[in-house]
Amino acid sequence: MRQSITLGKVTKFVGLGFLTTFKDLFTGKLEKEDLKGFLRKIVVPIASVFLFIGLWHMGAKYLYNTEAEFKIQKALTDQGPEAAEAMRECIASGDLSCKPNTLPSPAQVWESYKSLLKDHQIISADKANFIEKTATLNEKRIAAGKDPIVYTGRPSFVDQILRSLKTVFAGFLLALLIAVPLGIFIGLSPTLKSAFNWFIQIFKPVSPVVWYLLVFMIVKTILIDSSDDSSFTISFISVGLCSMWATLVNTAMGVSTVDKDYINVAKVLKLGAFQKVFKVVLPSSLPLIFTGLKITLSVAWMVLIAIELLAQSPGLGSFVWEEFQNGANDSNAKIIVAMFVIGIIGFLLDRLMLTIQNMVSFNKTEAI
Amino acid sequence: MSTTLIKNKEATNLTENGLFAPSKVMLDLNRLKKVYPTPKGDYVVLEDLNLQIMKEEFVTIIGHSGCGKTTMLSMIAGLNEISGGSISVLGKHIKGPGPDRGVIFQAPSLMPWMTSLQNVLLGVNQVFPHATKAQRNDIAKYYLQKVGLEDAFNKKASELSQGMQQRVGIARAFAIKPKVLLLDEPFGMLDSLTRGELQDILIEIWNKEKITAVMITHDVDEAIFLADRVVMMTSGPKAKIGDVLEIDFERPRTRKAVLEHDNYYKYRKHLIDFLEH
Repeated sequence: MRQSITLGKVTKFVGLGFLTTFKDLFTGKLEKEDLKGFLRKIVVPIASVFLFIGLWHMGAKYLYNTEAEFKIQKALTDQGPEAAEAMRECIASGDLSCKPNTLPSPAQVWESYKSLLKDHQIISADKANFIEKTATLNEKRIAAGKDPIVYTGRPSFVDQILRSLKTVFAGFLLALLIAVPLGIFIGLSPTLKSAFNWFIQIFKPVSPVVWYLLVFMIVKTILIDSSDDSSFTISFISVGLCSMWATLVNTAMGVSTVDKDYINVAKVLKLGAFQKVFKVVLPSSLPLIFTGLKITLSVAWMVLIAIELLAQSPGLGSFVWEEFQNGANDSNAKIIVAMFVIGIIGFLLDRLMLTIQNMVSFNKTEAI
Repeated sequence: MSTTLIKNKEATNLTENGLFAPSKVMLDLNRLKKVYPTPKGDYVVLEDLNLQIMKEEFVTIIGHSGCGKTTMLSMIAGLNEISGGSISVLGKHIKGPGPDRGVIFQAPSLMPWMTSLQNVLLGVNQVFPHATKAQRNDIAKYYLQKVGLEDAFNKKASELSQGMQQRVGIARAFAIKPKVLLLDEPFGMLDSLTRGELQDILIEIWNKEKITAVMITHDVDEAIFLADRVVMMTSGPKAKIGDVLEIDFERPRTRKAVLEHDNYYKYRKHLIDFLEH
């Protein structure tokens, strides 16, 4: 019964089916009649990427010129024609002090991306160096019962990505642990459903910012004696509470709409409550539960940025906010880099969930 | 009332008043009634329905769509509440569903995430909790072999064709060794070739196990081929039993022998006359 696993199957399974067309292109498997499909699947997306970058470039250039013209005009009215001429020269020379601050061009964003990577390499080298230096000292401190010295330098961009991922997975796990069991109970019992319905309807649309404030109020008091930094706890709990609703609603719906035939089989065989839930109800609602979890993960990733920004928890959200606040000449470009990173990671997380969903789903065509 | 129900009085096992001797009766529907309340008042599906089915008897039920056949069957299965009258199995009133009444549904109703073996085991484990794991496996495998699925023990139900799925459904129903087997148009969704195959398989197992069976069908030939008695239901509302036809072909039957039998066309005409009336 073992099926041979091909690249095509794997890529299709994880929702990246278009990659196989690339493979066919290089292995010469592409037939003439596939040309239309080839055009649609490969050429069109690539062309649209170039079109996007081109439009972005032109738009950025236009905004740059508008901003520059405004600066010159302002110098002219405020300080006279000499100052305006000086400003014009200054802008033309590309000097950082008078650079118009607007939407960065694709090239600038690419430069910032490279500089962020370089920054990361420097910081991680620094960190490794630090750990090496303090290794013997830390051993002594631990032996003496003291806390080891840890690196407290500035986190790099990559560190912040990892931190954000950690927060989002902690929040997702929390959402899963609350929403799935609760959803099962609500789905099984009409009484519980009516008890919880108002609660779900009212709290589902609450904004992430408000959730953050609520969690902040509670956690601040609970952790009042703790000297630890509570920003991580607050942000992951807020992320979890914001994002759990899709899973809660989908689980409850999946559990309460199990195919009547399956329930009849369970009744005729007189399965006990435990068996009924674990052998019939849960497996048949898994596809819907996973659809919910997929939405939860993408919502979690989306609200994370806002919550990190508020919680001052290190991560992509606070990175974006700090860059916006510090207003260095490449800040805008770094924000755009962060935007792409957020988008790409969000896409990858979605594919990850799709893969897991396909693995657990009994009906392969059902997954969306 | 019941004296008029049975046409062929020469049939054995009848007492003087036309009822079966109580010790021979497996399933007894007595003045059965089903009412669905609607906004416009009660809708009476079945009323005053009396039917006795003997041990080791195979009864098929035919009637027009919507006459309440399926309602009756699911009431016997305990999946539908009784509005009036009673249903008893071996003299005891039924209370809700239970594995003493196995059901083969119209849709195969297998758990698609389980293998065919697991699907059969789901029932077997429930009915034989004290048997060892190996014994239960043997029971499930035995019945899967009987329906010709010895190569598909570990295939997921979702990977099987409709016909194969219904075979698993048959195996699942027989494997729990019910007192009564209830079949709700089990072959209605299959093409005629597969239907014939499954009829043969069903009757083959049934010949061995002799479990009292009640089967709903739309197919006149199927009704005659499988049954000891064909029960004809009148059209609803207030459906009841209109006529009963004894089929006295000897068992085991073969399709060929049945088709060539002198009485076959007589029976067939009788049923069709009833349905077209």
